[in-house]
Amino acid sequence: MTTRVGVVVFPGSNCEHDVVEAVDAVGGSGELLWHKDNSLGDVDAVVLPGGFAHGDYLRTGAMARFSPIMDAVTRFAQDGGPVVGICNGFQILTEAQLLPGALYKNQGLKFLCQPAVLRVESTDSVLTRRLNVGDELNVPINHFEGNYVCSEEILAVLRENDLIVFTYHDNPNGATADIAGIRNENGNVVGLMPHPERAAHSLLGSTDGALLLKGLIGID
Amino acid sequence: MSKEFDVIVEVSLREGIADPEGLTIERALPALGFNGVSDVRVGKSLRFVVEASDERDARHQVESMCERFLANPVIEDVEITLGPLT
Repeated sequence: MTTRVGVVVFPGSNCEHDVVEAVDAVGGSGELLWHKDNSLGDVDAVVLPGGFAHGDYLRTGAMARFSPIMDAVTRFAQDGGPVVGICNGFQILTEAQLLPGALYKNQGLKFLCQPAVLRVESTDSVLTRRLNVGDELNVPINHFEGNYVCSEEILAVLRENDLIVFTYHDNPNGATADIAGIRNENGNVVGLMPHPERAAHSLLGSTDGALLLKGLIGID
Repeated sequence: MSKEFDVIVEVSLREGIADPEGLTIERALPALGFNGVSDVRVGKSLRFVVEASDERDARHQVESMCERFLANPVIEDVEITLGPLT
């Protein structure tokens, strides 16, 4: 059965079609969900895509967290449904407290749009379940606020419970402990700053993102 | 009877969180001849009017807003200034 992936469109999202395209390309079936919907329909997984939801007003993700669909996303996540936040989607997941910590302005205050080498740190996540710890992936980043920040206590919890999913090979943004992506305890909720959907076709210079999306849709 | 209160919420980065904007400004000031400036921190200020039965109720409401929405406690601190609407 084809895995249906719902990609939530907030006003200001701009990577939703790329995600749908990439999900389709790896054998899943992507579909758009509107942020004002109260239900997720029958999707098997949810992606919160990159962009500038609600104009990033107040803080990145702060407004999106109150979009009507987020109640359904939260329930879905709590029931074990796969939820992935990419870039702005990661920021939304932290604001919605589905993942700990926060994303802050890049060290150096530069908007970064460039390839990044990621190291897989945990394979207990819906994105990395097909991979091995230590695998290196080439997946681009595209953000101004990707500097992962958390308290010492949270960092200790992340480390002790293997919740850090990806680190940067060369930390581009000042992120705490080189963190590029984290997961919840069950591994069904993952947030990452890099964009797997932009590395899902050889024409784009890397297909490493497709490996992650294949993990999401459960294809070996 | 409810009254109206003037509110200023100042949101600033928590101590210990690097403030690249503040640092950039601090480094730029000497170029204009302003030497001896340190500890520059950039934040934001929100001003609004809130209806409440008394000042205590108003403060309670604003604290709750800050906690749930106006600031992110992971990285930000707030300072609330509040008084009767003038």
